[in-house]
Amino acid sequence: MTTGNWLCLILFPLILTIMAFPMGEYMAKVFSGGRSFLTPVLSPVERFLYRLFAVDPKEEMSWKTYALSLVLFNIIGIAVLFLLQLIQGFLPFNPQQFGAVRWDTALNTAISFGTNTNWQAYSGEQTMSYLTQMLGLTVQNFTSAAIGIAASIAVIRGFIRKSAAAIGNFWVDLTRTVLYILLPLVIIVSFVLVSQGVVQTLSPSIEATTLEGGKQVIAVGPVASQVAIKQIGTNGGGFFNANSAHPLENPTPLTDFLELLSLLLIAAALPFTLGAMLKNRRQGVAIFAAMMVLYLAGLGVFAWTEMRGSPLLEKAGVASGMNMEGKEARFGVVNSVIFAQSTTVTSCGAVNSMHDSLLPLSGLVLMFNMAIGEVIFGGVGTGLIGMLSYAILTMFLAGLMIGRTPELMGKKLELFEMVMAVVIIVTPAILQLVLSSVAISTQAGIASLGNTGPHGLSEIIYAFASTSGNNGSAFAGLNANTIFYNLTTSLAMIIGRFSTIIPALAIAGALAQKKIVPVSTATFPTTSSLFIFMLVCVVIVVGALTFFPVFTLGPLLEHLLMAVGKTF
Amino acid sequence: MKSKKINIWQTKFILPALTESLKKLNPLIMISSPVMFIVELVTIVTTVIVVFDIVSGRSIAFDLQISLWLWFTIIFANFAEALAEGQGRAQADSLKKNRSESVAKRILNHGGTEIISALQLKKGDMILLEDGDTIPGDGEVAVGTALIDESAITGESAPVIRESGGDRSGVTGGTRVLSGKITVRITANPGESFLDQMIGMVEGAKRQKTPNERALNMLLISLTVLFVIVVVTLKYFAAYMGVHVTVAILIALLVCLMPTTIGGLLPAIGIAGMDRLLQYNFIAMSGRAVEAAGDVDIVLMDKTGTITLGNRMATEFIALTEGKEKELFHAALLSSLADDTPEGRSIVVLAKEKLEMRGSDIRAPEGSVFFPFSAESRMSGIDWNGHRIRKGSFDAVRDFVSAKGKQLPQKVQEIVAAIASEGSTPLLIAQDEEILGAVRLKDVLKEGISGRIAKLRQMGIKSIMITGDNPLTAATIAAEAGVDDFVAEAKPATKLELIRNYQEKGHLVAMIGDGTNDAPALAQADVAVAMNAGTQAAREAANIVDLDSNPTKLLDLVEIGKQILITRGALTTFSVANDVAKYFAIIPAIFIVGYPQLRILDIMHLSSPESAVLSAVIFNAMIIPALIPLALRGVRYHPLSASALLRRNLGIYGLGGLMLPFAGIKIIDVLISMLHLV
Repeated sequence: MTTGNWLCLILFPLILTIMAFPMGEYMAKVFSGGRSFLTPVLSPVERFLYRLFAVDPKEEMSWKTYALSLVLFNIIGIAVLFLLQLIQGFLPFNPQQFGAVRWDTALNTAISFGTNTNWQAYSGEQTMSYLTQMLGLTVQNFTSAAIGIAASIAVIRGFIRKSAAAIGNFWVDLTRTVLYILLPLVIIVSFVLVSQGVVQTLSPSIEATTLEGGKQVIAVGPVASQVAIKQIGTNGGGFFNANSAHPLENPTPLTDFLELLSLLLIAAALPFTLGAMLKNRRQGVAIFAAMMVLYLAGLGVFAWTEMRGSPLLEKAGVASGMNMEGKEARFGVVNSVIFAQSTTVTSCGAVNSMHDSLLPLSGLVLMFNMAIGEVIFGGVGTGLIGMLSYAILTMFLAGLMIGRTPELMGKKLELFEMVMAVVIIVTPAILQLVLSSVAISTQAGIASLGNTGPHGLSEIIYAFASTSGNNGSAFAGLNANTIFYNLTTSLAMIIGRFSTIIPALAIAGALAQKKIVPVSTATFPTTSSLFIFMLVCVVIVVGALTFFPVFTLGPLLEHLLMAVGKTF
Repeated sequence: MKSKKINIWQTKFILPALTESLKKLNPLIMISSPVMFIVELVTIVTTVIVVFDIVSGRSIAFDLQISLWLWFTIIFANFAEALAEGQGRAQADSLKKNRSESVAKRILNHGGTEIISALQLKKGDMILLEDGDTIPGDGEVAVGTALIDESAITGESAPVIRESGGDRSGVTGGTRVLSGKITVRITANPGESFLDQMIGMVEGAKRQKTPNERALNMLLISLTVLFVIVVVTLKYFAAYMGVHVTVAILIALLVCLMPTTIGGLLPAIGIAGMDRLLQYNFIAMSGRAVEAAGDVDIVLMDKTGTITLGNRMATEFIALTEGKEKELFHAALLSSLADDTPEGRSIVVLAKEKLEMRGSDIRAPEGSVFFPFSAESRMSGIDWNGHRIRKGSFDAVRDFVSAKGKQLPQKVQEIVAAIASEGSTPLLIAQDEEILGAVRLKDVLKEGISGRIAKLRQMGIKSIMITGDNPLTAATIAAEAGVDDFVAEAKPATKLELIRNYQEKGHLVAMIGDGTNDAPALAQADVAVAMNAGTQAAREAANIVDLDSNPTKLLDLVEIGKQILITRGALTTFSVANDVAKYFAIIPAIFIVGYPQLRILDIMHLSSPESAVLSAVIFNAMIIPALIPLALRGVRYHPLSASALLRRNLGIYGLGGLMLPFAGIKIIDVLISMLHLV
């Protein structure tokens, strides 16, 4: 491996950390109602919006009201997007004259974007009108990200409030997220993207004559703005089917770096927001550290596998060294590896390479990232929620082992919190196992497979891990645009989403009502390296115990068979 | 305190426990332990499979062995619970023995008495007790004073005084009146007395699960559900890969993955915790209180009786004029001869020591007249040989001396101020108009109290002393005892206020009390320990009664509470960590025939796939009886910092739980292939 590669692997996490900290502090200020440099510009807009929608920003909600507002808002958004796709043929901004999207694809897409999954069974440039892309998909990119962030802020309030009945106002959290966090970032990122050659236009596709004299249709559209939010909001739904591997979505190494950074930024900053709002910054650092350790561990295995290359290609004398199959030459292996690792640990799912062409053990790492429920940074908001759920589980065990009824950050953990945290952790796992086993044992499921044997199994597991975890990245190789997959993945996405957010708000409500236990020498410090170590272990052990059999049969077996020359 | 530990490993306990563990196989009883209930359901399925094997003429060797070992797994878990129950019952019986044989003299309305069995007593009955009577039930002295032998309950041989009205009016069934005649009001129906309540708590069926136990149970159920899905879906993934997995093997895998070790031992851990309380002569009103004890971070202690012996004692004489010490000693001795207060007696003892007259009998000299203490004079003393010897507070003695026109020497004031500034109480001794010197009266700490308080601090518990004394005196005692904080000039209501304030800040407060005026504070505290010698009101407000009436035993209580939680946590971690090795045994066993490449997962190099599965199942079953002693005894608690304690337990039960089954399964596998069991 060259020095440059090493530098990338080390520098990127470092830059991310340096940027995430101030971002986290900024978000804490936004949600605590403090003033920031954007307040003078945005607070009139904010007040206007509250008046327009008759929202009283002072009104606080119980967790049930908060959850109800959130779910209704999300469901209505999904319904609107569904209808928009069905009637896009009658609406303007449709230069390619696309007709209605097939109902199951439309439903899948609506749920997919509404749940911050952005699983794309369709090919964007061949299916969606510009209006659908802008008014439908991009709007959902904003709101689905904002919903996740709002929910995580409500959970943080559960920890910081003392004997309180309310956990904040959903409409205020939503508005603030969009106005103060998403919009400014999107504007900055879009401009940089445009400057690097990402298209942003309402004109129809361009017809070009190639060097050989053939005709080529080059799809264009309002790309830059959508790419910015798909990364920043960990949505991942590309304008083009090829996503961030497409030269008009991600033309240069600089855009690649920027897209990479923006897909991790908010998720990586939220632990610091937690620390700032708790007024215990070391707690934020500890949660961030646990995520970073898991991120780097996966990245290490992943990079090592891809760098070693494929033994088969080497033997055949076709290629040696790194595995370049399925990767863009302008990014190379290391950048593709960092991108793939980042997009699967967060629930982004944007890709700049073909994950199907990764070596089996690399695929194992990516599936593990998603299977454990998107908690390594994770989706914006939901990642923090997931990691806090693991922290609840960890402290439940740790508390017992030091002879105290368990507590986390001064809040006693009892039956209710315990059950809700377990629901958050276990539901995505159960979903992927059950739906994968249904797919693998039905004709409808098998028919879509592009490969057989363990690789076929991996394709199905990847699809359901991606959808249950609200990731949205695709392994490819699986034709997912069938009624069977559109419906099963829709189920996975919608259950996966709400089985995280609703229990999380319930935890927030229950915790807010509790007192805060003061720290004594008998309190186990949840900022210590021992806590980080134990949290990381719990995440790995839960994941390993759940997926040991199926990962053995999928990627591991494929890896072992590849060593003896068998491929699928 | 005397710990009365019962050795459970005797045939008379083991045999009934075995029978009991078979009775507990009844699914209606099993359902209270959900994890083991699910094991029972799938075990029944394996049994049916064996029957089908027989009917269809297939070989039953493997399926039968799996099925048998699964049954053993359940029986072992039941055995642990039954054994813990047996231990609790034996412990309670040994406390209870006396009471069932006793009779009572019930006082009738018209004044006479009738003799009835103690079991017929009802709450509110008045009974008469005289010398030698055994007290038939818990109650309160209504009339009279008696000397009572409580050794049957507490193991303490010195008799105690119980009298009506005061803070020492409570009597316990099973104790004996040594002398005196008292009328006792029975305060509990025989079935409701503390001991019976406690016995109810060690019997599985009636036992209420504590909140923490319920939360842990939910976690175990969730893990079980997850593993059911892992195992069921595995069948389909395997089928896609062309491998057929039999139901028996899937069930074997499921039971191995399920947290059966902790699931099976969980009830026993809770019951054994109650057993340990009984061993330490505690009676708990609820399991919840015991767990809360492990969480307590603030302890309120009365100064008097808890930290100090209760009375001030003379510790020093300070003579006004050098060389006149002997006169001071004599005057002090004489002035206190007739003073029957504890302070007076302590002056006599100290003076005798100084005069080297220990043990000799001192009588009042001929022709002397005692001058007893009165509220007006605020002095006591003796008139003898034309001299008037007086002892009293500074003000009183100053008035006495200055009445004779004598000026008080400057030095007296200095001595008095010096004594007071150290938190002690000065008394002056005067002979006629001359002040001879001062006596220092000091609160004396109970033996070992500062060590215990230091240990509380090590556990992370803050101790707060409450006293009615002035701040100076309180500060001195507080510093000497090493308490973290104190509240001086406290009124009875101060305690309640204090507890509320701490609870408001999120603390869990323990309070030890015995008096009726402690009752409201006891009722407010999270862990309220009443001394058995205390009043009925105090005992009713408390959630734990200490039969030994020894306040420093709070430490033991905290340890027992922590032990229960630590044992649960340690065994849960152990149980889950075990799963890794079991996966490495069973998964290659299932797929090795179809995919020989997966042999690399067989890191234990087990002899055959059947042997691998069977070894894992046997290990899973045998680990339960192997851990019964630990579950009953509890994981030892070390007063370390939370991190050190966690590191230690993670090392032993986490890492140990990861490694041990690899060795265990391998050994069983070797034995199986030696014996040709599969």
